[in-house]
Amino acid sequence: MQSFEWVDAESVEHAVSLLGEGSERQPVVAKAGGMDLLDLMKNGVMAPRRVVNIKTIKGLDGVRFDAKQGLELGALVTLARLSREPEVRKRFVALADAAEHAATPQVRNAATMGGNLLQRPRCWYFRYDHFHQAGGDAVERVRSGENQYHAIFDNQRTVMVHASTPATALVAYGASVELTGPGGKTRVVPVSEFLLPPDMKRSTDTSIAPNELLTRVRIPAPAAGTKAAYHKQGERESYDWPICDVAVVLRMEGRTIRQAAIAMGWVAPTPRRAAEAEKLLVGKTLNEELARQVAKAAVNGATPLSKNAYKVPVLEAVVRRTVLAAAAA
Amino acid sequence: MQDVKDTSDPRASNKPGGEQQQQQAGGPPQPPQPNPGPSRQQALPYGIVGAGLKEVTRRVPEDEPPPLPENAKLKSIGKPVSRLDGIEKVTGKARYTFDVQLPGMLWAKWVASPHPHARIKSIDTSAAERYPGVRAIHIPERILSTAQLRDPKAEQGNRYPTVRYAGQPVAAVAADTPRAAEAAVKLIKVEYEPLPHVSQLEEAMKENAPRVFPGPTEQPATAGGGGAPPGLPQKGNVRGPDNKPRGMGPRGDVNKGLSESEVVIEAEYRTQVQTHVPMEPHGLVADWKDDGLTLYASTQFVTSVREDAAELFDLPKSKVRVISDFTGGGFGAKYGIGNYGLLAIHLSRKAGAPVRMILDRREEHVSGGNRPNSIQRLKLGAKRDGSLVALQVQAYGTGGVAGGAGVGFCHSTLYECPNVLVEQYDVFTNAGPCAAFRAPGQVQGIFALEQTIDELAERLKMDPLALRGKLDVSGTDDCLARAQERKVGAERAGWNKRRPAGSDKGPIKRGLGFAQSQWLYLVQPSTACEVRVSGDGSVEAFSSTQDIGTGTRTILAQVVAEEFGLRAEDIGSHIGDSRYPMGPASGGSRVTSSLTPAARNAAYRCARELAARLAPVFKANAENIVFADGKVMVKGKAGSAMPFREAVKKAGFEEISQRAERRDDYEGYLFKTPDMALSRHGIGGVQFAEVAVDTETGIVKVERVVAVHDCGRPINPKLTESQIYGGVIQGVSYALYEERHLDAASGQQLNANVDQYKILGSRETPRIEVILLEQLGAQSSTDARGVAEPANVATAAAVANAFYNATGKRIRTLPMTPANVLAALRG
Ligand SMILES: Cc1cc2nc3c(=O)[nH]c(=O)nc-3n(C[C@H](O)[C@H](O)[C@H](O)COP(=O)(O)OP(=O)(O)OC[C@H]3O[C@@H](n4cnc5c(N)ncnc54)[C@H](O)[C@@H]3O)c2cc1C
Ligand code: SF4
Repeated sequence: MQSFEWVDAESVEHAVSLLGEGSERQPVVAKAGGMDLLDLMKNGVMAPRRVVNIKTIKGLDGVRFDAKQGLELGALVTLARLSREPEVRKRFVALADAAEHAATPQVRNAATMGGNLLQRPRCWYFRYDHFHQAGGDAVERVRSGENQYHAIFDNQRTVMVHASTPATALVAYGASVELTGPGGKTRVVPVSEFLLPPDMKRSTDTSIAPNELLTRVRIPAPAAGTKAAYHKQGERESYDWPICDVAVVLRMEGRTIRQAAIAMGWVAPTPRRAAEAEKLLVGKTLNEELARQVAKAAVNGATPLSKNAYKVPVLEAVVRRTVLAAAAA
Repeated sequence: MQDVKDTSDPRASNKPGGEQQQQQAGGPPQPPQPNPGPSRQQALPYGIVGAGLKEVTRRVPEDEPPPLPENAKLKSIGKPVSRLDGIEKVTGKARYTFDVQLPGMLWAKWVASPHPHARIKSIDTSAAERYPGVRAIHIPERILSTAQLRDPKAEQGNRYPTVRYAGQPVAAVAADTPRAAEAAVKLIKVEYEPLPHVSQLEEAMKENAPRVFPGPTEQPATAGGGGAPPGLPQKGNVRGPDNKPRGMGPRGDVNKGLSESEVVIEAEYRTQVQTHVPMEPHGLVADWKDDGLTLYASTQFVTSVREDAAELFDLPKSKVRVISDFTGGGFGAKYGIGNYGLLAIHLSRKAGAPVRMILDRREEHVSGGNRPNSIQRLKLGAKRDGSLVALQVQAYGTGGVAGGAGVGFCHSTLYECPNVLVEQYDVFTNAGPCAAFRAPGQVQGIFALEQTIDELAERLKMDPLALRGKLDVSGTDDCLARAQERKVGAERAGWNKRRPAGSDKGPIKRGLGFAQSQWLYLVQPSTACEVRVSGDGSVEAFSSTQDIGTGTRTILAQVVAEEFGLRAEDIGSHIGDSRYPMGPASGGSRVTSSLTPAARNAAYRCARELAARLAPVFKANAENIVFADGKVMVKGKAGSAMPFREAVKKAGFEEISQRAERRDDYEGYLFKTPDMALSRHGIGGVQFAEVAVDTETGIVKVERVVAVHDCGRPINPKLTESQIYGGVIQGVSYALYEERHLDAASGQQLNANVDQYKILGSRETPRIEVILLEQLGAQSSTDARGVAEPANVATAAAVANAFYNATGKRIRTLPMTPANVLAALRG
């Protein structure tokens, strides 16, 4: 790891101005829990000149719920807290479960909501500095290489998948992020747009600007009758990255589904909404057969790579099970 | 093992056990006469305790201690004593090589080749030399742990060793800090001439594949096994066939046998490359001084480190001292000094300071060793009554740049079969070298063989256990053990409730399966042990052997304590120093079988000498002095009892000491060199696995394993169980998760970490129930054998057989990832 400077940020403005001083040759990065940043620095994938510690900023670790405003999460809220926070558990169970099933207890204690969304892909080509130095067509390399954990949808231009699993739940809940730039100017971007298809050559897989700080995550208040479920399917249970993860949010009237959101993570460059499948649910009462059709629709159009065709049936099963679990919740 | 005669062919150069190859001059090795010299006839208990002990008479050396009764009648041996160094380990006080910090110590790092195959044209170290803190740079003139060209002329003109795998060390730096070493390494400019490479097994087998070596090669084994027999033909990257795995087989005529068979089962199996992933990576701290070289080594064999260093640096052994207080696992890959050690010693000599060279996780995965993969084609012919007629195996595997990709010896030794032909080939690829790995070859071989036998049982509508009973009839101790193990294991596992294959209707299918284990019973004849009693009543034992996590200190203390009527914790148990009497390698499951008889004999002699010194104190004959419960007394006179230390102090001596060597097994061996002797008996073991297969997601969960094992006399049942837990856990991990992924185009390992190299975690650990036999073989003064490898042999096969019972489909490819499982279910 290369030597770097460390600065404790005193406020959002302070952090933003420090970040603004960075350049391509003298990168300055924010550090929240440091779980991803340190890893990338140790692997030689990132080599910042200056690290801005944002954990020292006060007031960025709040969890607030309001029936009108919905849920507001400070960027520094840890995954551990997210998984336990009563308001989150009660009203946004898919998010609480996603947080609970991410990583390991030790990692969740340090990992923050903001850092989680801004983490880089787990693609093993991306994580190895050798391939950053090697040059060549990164996508082609994966396409003809070991792509068992890569995308099965939308994988023409990029094959990597975004790593965040809570993002899958956030997309299903229609969450947004608040970004704060110079002069305290904020903008709010839906998570589904905020996340960009990962790219080896870019320094972020989101639309955050180098001089912006992710300050909050907001989720609209759920309508009455909202039910949800989340499932992350890894090869292992102890801790593992997913083959796929699925978040389902349903608005029900009695047994009738009025609105449905199905988000699927780790199968496309960014969490993918199963739009066709969602349509099948609206206005219906769920049963095994409908769940089967929905799952089938969700995987329709998959274009698996040479080694990840197995992900298609796995995803299909997980969608079916999670839809059923949501309705039964 | 059955099949004694097949091992005596002089061309069976890879001796059974695959040990250090020391070509014996002259004709076929005769099974040596055990223990020449004065002897007596001795009645000894023989058999399985609780299942019919009988008495046998053996010729034993005249001064051999009296035979031990079964464990229940002993005070220290056979008791579940907790590890003596457990607290040191869990509190972090135990000093592993990783923790060694010497005054003025330098940190070393190597330059790893980014190319999988290349000639090095030039190396420019000038910028690195100028880097602040750099104290020495070394460019290796040779690479260890790889196959060697039979005719080195092919590469004679080369200035530097050819790079044959990505990650191969090219140069190394020692610096004041790790950071400086890391930075300096990046400043070394290496000009490579890349050569075509091949990193996948089947690609490398093709005739026009790039050649990993320009000519035929040889691969000597390490003390941990592995290696390949010398002189085999090599075409391109394919070396073989070796049709005498570990010196066993072939026999009969398989083609004739197959044509006479009434049932033929044929299938292809595939297993993956598994890396060792010891908690503590390979490493060494070298301290070169004018008066001698001291090496702190994370090793499975202190002696092998000293031998390598003495040989490679042309030093007398007396000038090389090796210290290994604790070794954080090795699983077969930690023998000798390795490239890291070679470099550390060179750097230490150049810098005139101690140098620490410990691999990082990537280097460990890539260059620390691995279990080769395999493609095995099995053809089994049988009669309708289940008797085997012919077994034919063709196996290809790659150990990267090293040979040793066999599939074990089980085909020739486990079941009665008149016609056996195993042809195994090493296929070289541009990938890191394999090394012996917990039952090398046998794990892969059993995975296929035990599924094949199950398939035969199914075809013949026989119970798999009953079929084993019919075929596993060599009569050796391991065979007798397995018969008992099948019985008690079946009861515990609930075999009679086993349902027909594929009984569950829902997506989650459960099943029960079983498989047998067989491993070698090995002894290291060169083992010695010294026991001392000091005038203050301290008792100490010394052996250069090391502890790789098995609890060597504790069992050594237990055996010595027994003779003095003391507790294990009363004994100073000293190991891990080449200055002590030579101890065994922690490989081939041989520490306990080799060390404990030597230790007991030394302790026995020392105790008898002590008795003689104490006789005057007690005014009794030495024969009547007994040591029990921490006291000394005169036999039959409880009133004479005196605490041990007090009594010894009264005897008024400074120190007494006795040394003993490992005697031959009373029945002798099939085969013996100073390093390794092989019994005709093996070590058995059977395992039952219960699995749940999610047929929609392809997730396999091993819910329960019943592991029934024998290891001769268990010296410490708690530590033995611990070995078996470890074996099962590693076996499930191998069956379900572990796999090295190489990128074919670059030859780079993609998952050289513990994140993407998947190892079973706590929630994937099945409920493990261990049943341990106490089997007395009447072979040595402790009758102990080993268990570390046997515990890992049957697991993957048992899981696979359970998978079949659950789903009605065979899984012939490891690991059982969702991708492989879903493919098998479709098949
Ligand atoms: C063993 C292991 C298992 C894991 N499993 C999972 C899993 O199952 N699911 C999952 O989603 N993740 C998983 N992770 C990833 C982990 O959740 C993330 O690394 C973590 O959430 C990152 O958060 P952090 O606060 O540590 O971010 P950091 O590492 O501090 O930062 C990550 C990135 O975001 C930037 N950053 C952080 N906060 C801000 C901010 N507020 N504004 C602007 N930029 C910012 C940093 O500059 C950096 O580039 C795992 C990690 C490990 C080590
Ligand atoms: S993976 Fe992490 S927690 Fe586990 S042993 Fe290695 S460093 Fe420790």
